[in-house]
Amino acid sequence: MSYSYLYARRRIVNMVSLSISVFTMLFGLFWLGWILWTLLDNGLPGLSLHVFTQSTPPPGSNGGLINAIVGSLMMVFVGVLIGTPIGILAGTYLAEFGQRGWLAPLTRFINDILLSAPSIVIGIFVYAVYVAKVGHFAGWGGAFALAILVIPVVLRTTENMLRLVPNSLREAAAALGAPQWKVISFVTLRAARAGILTGILLAVARISGETAPLLFTALNNQFWSSDMNKPLSNLPVVIFQFAMSPYEDWQKLAWAGALIITLSVLTLNILARVLFRQKANSQ
Amino acid sequence: MPTFLQEARLKRQVVQDLLFRNLTRLAAFAVLALLAAIIASLVVGSMPAIHAFGFGFLTSSVWDPVKDEYGALIPIVGTLVTSGIALLIAIPVSFGIAIFLTELSPNWLRRPLGIAVELLAGIPSIIYGMWGLFVFAPLFGDYVEPWINNHIGKMPFIGPFFSGPPMGIGMLTAGIILAIMVIPFIASVMRDVFDVVPAMLKESAYGLGSTTWEVMWNVVLPYTRIGVVGGIMLGLGRALGETMAVTFVIGNANQLNKSLFMPGNSIASALANEFNEAVGTLYTSSLIELGLILFFITFVVLSLARLLLLKMAQREGHGA
Amino acid sequence: MTAEQIISAPKVIVRDLNFYYGADRALKDINLVIPEKMVTAFIGPSGCGKSTLLRTFNRMYELYPKQRATGEILLDGENLLDKKQDLNTLRAKIGMVFQKPTPFPMSIYDNITFGVKLYERLSSHEMDDRVEWALKKAALWNEVKDKLNQSGTGLSGGQQQRLCIARAIAVKPQVLLLDEPTSALDPISTAHIEKLIDELKKDFTIVIVTHNMQQAARVSDFTAYMYLGDLIEFGDTSTVFTNPKRKETEDYITGRFG
Repeated sequence: MSYSYLYARRRIVNMVSLSISVFTMLFGLFWLGWILWTLLDNGLPGLSLHVFTQSTPPPGSNGGLINAIVGSLMMVFVGVLIGTPIGILAGTYLAEFGQRGWLAPLTRFINDILLSAPSIVIGIFVYAVYVAKVGHFAGWGGAFALAILVIPVVLRTTENMLRLVPNSLREAAAALGAPQWKVISFVTLRAARAGILTGILLAVARISGETAPLLFTALNNQFWSSDMNKPLSNLPVVIFQFAMSPYEDWQKLAWAGALIITLSVLTLNILARVLFRQKANSQ
Repeated sequence: MPTFLQEARLKRQVVQDLLFRNLTRLAAFAVLALLAAIIASLVVGSMPAIHAFGFGFLTSSVWDPVKDEYGALIPIVGTLVTSGIALLIAIPVSFGIAIFLTELSPNWLRRPLGIAVELLAGIPSIIYGMWGLFVFAPLFGDYVEPWINNHIGKMPFIGPFFSGPPMGIGMLTAGIILAIMVIPFIASVMRDVFDVVPAMLKESAYGLGSTTWEVMWNVVLPYTRIGVVGGIMLGLGRALGETMAVTFVIGNANQLNKSLFMPGNSIASALANEFNEAVGTLYTSSLIELGLILFFITFVVLSLARLLLLKMAQREGHGA
Repeated sequence: MTAEQIISAPKVIVRDLNFYYGADRALKDINLVIPEKMVTAFIGPSGCGKSTLLRTFNRMYELYPKQRATGEILLDGENLLDKKQDLNTLRAKIGMVFQKPTPFPMSIYDNITFGVKLYERLSSHEMDDRVEWALKKAALWNEVKDKLNQSGTGLSGGQQQRLCIARAIAVKPQVLLLDEPTSALDPISTAHIEKLIDELKKDFTIVIVTHNMQQAARVSDFTAYMYLGDLIEFGDTSTVFTNPKRKETEDYITGRFG
């Protein structure tokens, strides 16, 4: 009797907990759905051709976001261009040369911390060592800050992907008498290239939406400019300033920008995963 | 091949190998140097404020640009409180999601749901901020906060924390939005550590007639405890340094209130709002010291997180 | 009559070879002669050190920390274990094929030329000839001649392994090391490779590690039986298989053990 009572109780506890588990999953999806729907609802009406042809307007007149889009693309491009080689090289050191010594484990540990370090602090850092020295906000500063955010992401994926390359491949290349640098650059890194590309895409996705590190570095520029030595307009900061403004047309543009940025970031995320999955399947 | 040519080639290979090795090493050093440079520049920048206020900076709640007097207490408390709220909500939800993804979900749903969770992590924080300010906060202020006022607000002890003007924005709102932002991080770490539990261990527990919940709670969770805590710390590290989402909804008021409905300030949002407008050495320096404090706290939290996850991984390695 | 007496033309002489994984001694005082242009097989239960022995011949162990070898391995009288020996030149003289096929992530053509380009400057015409020569030697030419620019990873397992053999012989090594080359292959591909080994011994000295005794009996001229890091018996294959001198060898061969 008590046995079946106990059993019933356990089953009820189980049922309740598992229902809660299902509920939490729905809870998580609910926010994702709500946020995406909000973006579409508010962003689509503002998304006209002007957005892609005109620069940011003064309040009360028509305009677009082309200067911000171009500025963002420039800084992201330069940031990736600077950060990726450092990340790949350092990741290569960790995976291929890091078996002995203290440098590799310490770098791995520090890199993992940099991966989640507050990006606003990176902004202050670049402000202190670059913006304050040259005396004005500049696109280069924004690109440097973004590069610092790229390094840990690329480093980590590079190391992980190189570790997935079977040792037999390294041995096979070495057995032909290839020097180590050729083994690594022509065989190992090549075998890991899809994974590393995934990492770069994820890094691009990560920095495309970053606002905090740009506030004190690139700042913003209301007019068309492609001069990296001057304050450079960019989507995140424009969204921030326009959204916080009291002008309705500015807010409308901010929503349009938010939709553009989110769609690009999420597309990059999905693309990176699909790409990596294809690679995984082909092996 | 003639001997002298062969020797020249050998020499070249040795030099190339050495160059390549040292190039990658240099890059690894650069990462360490980067961290050192960040810390050094923050310390140097904070020096005027440290000289002027000493340790009193940490305990003073004054923030007065007119009199040029600054204290960090309010932003520090704001940062800790909002992150605390975020964890209180995010931990159980993430646990539930991780259970669903590892144990309950049908196989075909597992991958899309995993991607959905990661997309939630991929949404830029400024989007959370906008959505929080324009969509979530008004609804929260109109419907949820009055309800909390009427019910929880009247309770003893915890009542004062949950009563106040229902404005929508404030510490509680910031905490909730932070929770949504860190859920994907904590959930995906939990899922990963749950996945490494040996199938045999789970099967033995099921074999004794345990229910799914009992297996998760009594076998999987204790087994993965270190990794789970590591994941939570990782989420905490994210929450502490999160800037844009909090800046939009926390209200940016330098005040200390018992009520979580009231606006407050966090370190990151103070920086985002004031850094560019700060005039005078001491004002800027005080803000940089805030940045230093934030970096220090997150550094400690993230180090702990990594150490715990490393320990978990090592134990896995030995167990195998 | 000892094996040494039979062997008139020694290619590789192993003297007092010891091998250590950290503190573990994995090979114990190995003495052995590998005859030129013949097939020598290493057999024994797993963990006996047969692969370890093979991997000392091109010092593959040096890729990993804490592994070291003492003693001498003489290739045409030159000690391979001498620290002054350049590792890469050494490895170019001694080709190796592994358990699992290891095609590089590049085209079939580039897979073959990768090793050749390291040590030789050839015109594109000469290089084409070399690729064709190596692929024909490896009995793969007819299957891939129309898709040399396709990725090597797209071939079947047996084809991949023959590609790896072609890659190894394209640099014209003197010795070819085969580390269980058929253990990951189906019976038909295995037969292909075994036939190939028979062909290749006209040009190369071949050492093969195998866990398959029938294979050793089929392809090898000499056989070494190893157990727990010791070389138990070494002699011409027919003697080792039909009339072993040591009890341990007999037990293993007849399947009473292992």
